[in-house]
Amino acid sequence: MTSSQPIDLQNSTIASASQQPLWKQEGAEPFLRIENVTKKFDDFTAVDNISLDIYKNELFCLLGGSGSGKSTLLRMLAGFESPTSGRILIDGIDMAGIQPWNRPVNMMFQSYALFPHLSVADNVAFGLKREGVSRSEVKQRVAQMLDMVQLGHLGKRKPHQLSGGQRQRVALARALIKRPKLLLLDEPLGALDKKLREETQFELINIQEELGVTFVVVTHDQEEAMTLATRIGVMNHGVIVQTDEPHDVYEYPNSRFVAEFIGSVNLFEGKVIEDEPDRVRIESPEAGATLYVNHGISCAPEQIVHVAVRPEKIKISHNRPQQQDNCIQGEIEDIAYMGSLSVFRVRLPNGKEVRVTQPNFTRSMGDRFTWNDKVFLCWDEESSVVLTA
Amino acid sequence: MKRRSIFLNVSAGFGFLFLYAPIIALIIYSFNKSKLVTVWGGWSLKWYAELMQNEQIINAALLSLKIAFISASLAVVLGTMAGFVLSRFGPFRGKMILSGWITAPLVMPEVITGLSLLLLFVAMEGMFGWPSGRGTGTIIIAHTTFCMAYVAVIVQARLSSMDETLEEAAMDLGAKPSSLFFLVTLPLIAPAIISGWLLSFTLSLDDLVIASFVSGPGNSTLPMVIFSKVRLGVTPEVNALATLMIAVVAIGVIAAMFQMRRQARLLAKPE
Repeated sequence: MTSSQPIDLQNSTIASASQQPLWKQEGAEPFLRIENVTKKFDDFTAVDNISLDIYKNELFCLLGGSGSGKSTLLRMLAGFESPTSGRILIDGIDMAGIQPWNRPVNMMFQSYALFPHLSVADNVAFGLKREGVSRSEVKQRVAQMLDMVQLGHLGKRKPHQLSGGQRQRVALARALIKRPKLLLLDEPLGALDKKLREETQFELINIQEELGVTFVVVTHDQEEAMTLATRIGVMNHGVIVQTDEPHDVYEYPNSRFVAEFIGSVNLFEGKVIEDEPDRVRIESPEAGATLYVNHGISCAPEQIVHVAVRPEKIKISHNRPQQQDNCIQGEIEDIAYMGSLSVFRVRLPNGKEVRVTQPNFTRSMGDRFTWNDKVFLCWDEESSVVLTA
Repeated sequence: MKRRSIFLNVSAGFGFLFLYAPIIALIIYSFNKSKLVTVWGGWSLKWYAELMQNEQIINAALLSLKIAFISASLAVVLGTMAGFVLSRFGPFRGKMILSGWITAPLVMPEVITGLSLLLLFVAMEGMFGWPSGRGTGTIIIAHTTFCMAYVAVIVQARLSSMDETLEEAAMDLGAKPSSLFFLVTLPLIAPAIISGWLLSFTLSLDDLVIASFVSGPGNSTLPMVIFSKVRLGVTPEVNALATLMIAVVAIGVIAAMFQMRRQARLLAKPE
């Protein structure tokens, strides 16, 4: 066991080096290509000139608030809406004029849209029957699919006799039975309670990997997007603001919108006073300090920028720490004990509020700080991100 | 369980008394042995037996059933189409007017409906020679007209409470619009159609006023026969006939209610 492990590890690193994710490979053929797609409803622009490439076997999440245009984009992929301008290509085929019932795409609806007059098995069989598949094959494939979503014993039930989680799985089975090349999921976990959602997330990833179907998921829930996705496209006002892997979207947001939409963040406005290729110094009256970042940014001299620091990257202490840069002082105004971590709201002398989270390493952690404590807040020079947009 | 106040009990009791005391009296007297309507002479089924002998009444009953069946069926087809237009076309110019027109027969006094239909039939006969004279055909047309309004309202209500993504889901799974209607929409609104049919059937069976206007000689429906008999004095036979009609109507209404409840359960959105 111990002797074979290093070899395995090595093998897997070699494999992953040669099999970089498709979106990082130069010239890789996208499976789904969205080209300058715009959708207007009267004079309201729901989707504004979006271009996006999604590759085979991806689990791509479109993340955005309500009215960001994510659902409209999904409905255009399914064929329920047609773009005002632009093209959608699936597997190299232009989808213009191809009706929903002829597309190699299936959709799982937010409301699940199970047919209430049909049994679970008939719901799942619906798509196959439209294709004219033989009766015995329908029966066999339905049974197989129901087993996969662990509903083999409930085939005869009607949808209203099922729990929310079971309905969700019937909807998934029904959408997958035609073996679509592309599966669209509209808020797939939105109607489930928190515990069930966490279990289902991993089930969904397993099924996606097992079947090798490309998934496009629409969600407003950033946690859901972070766990599910291979890549996330953050949408706002009909535009994709950033497309990146979950880790990069969180750690390297490209704008204030993304930084604030995904997780919580502290933003300090400031002016660039030292701009070198390997470091930047920013004078921030809002933070009451000069902030130092150990990487260069592209900006004009003396440009007004924002420094973003995630609450969990800030260390909180009573004593003045040794580090010189990126240290600010404040007073604890509020503490929220969340069990696994504590959230502090610290007020700076200039009135600015800073959010800090600390994991509770030990049981007595929570008692170390109390209201109105004078504290120092510090972070590493590589922990912050400078946002110019 | 919550205790109901005395006031609620009393008012419910009075309400039901007002509604059903006359009907119960009628049903009891239909089993009266005595020939005099107001004198109780013991229990008997003899008026029912005599009723079965009365060819005029039997024929009228059969005619009424035939008219009710045909006009309910026609009303269901036309009413469903109207209900579809009202709930699915989205906002279009004149939608308000159309929906107002469709529901107008529900509130229009029957005398006016009857009279206007009679005038129309007479005028049409004068112009194209159709319908030639008045009879079963004109009664069916008249009944279809006002029953259609009821069906339209019921179907529209059902369609607008139906989740439209169900139809999108069917399309997404490969159902073309032509088969979509029969595979998904129709089964889902079927209970509304059935209850609309049952309601139309009972309404047609009940109608006296409109039928009196548009029927011709030798085409008396059952309510018309009863009414003409009552004018000559109430006989126990009529009581027996009325009891039978109450039974038929009650079955129709109860069946319609049952259908509606079943449908409500079926379409109930999961919480």
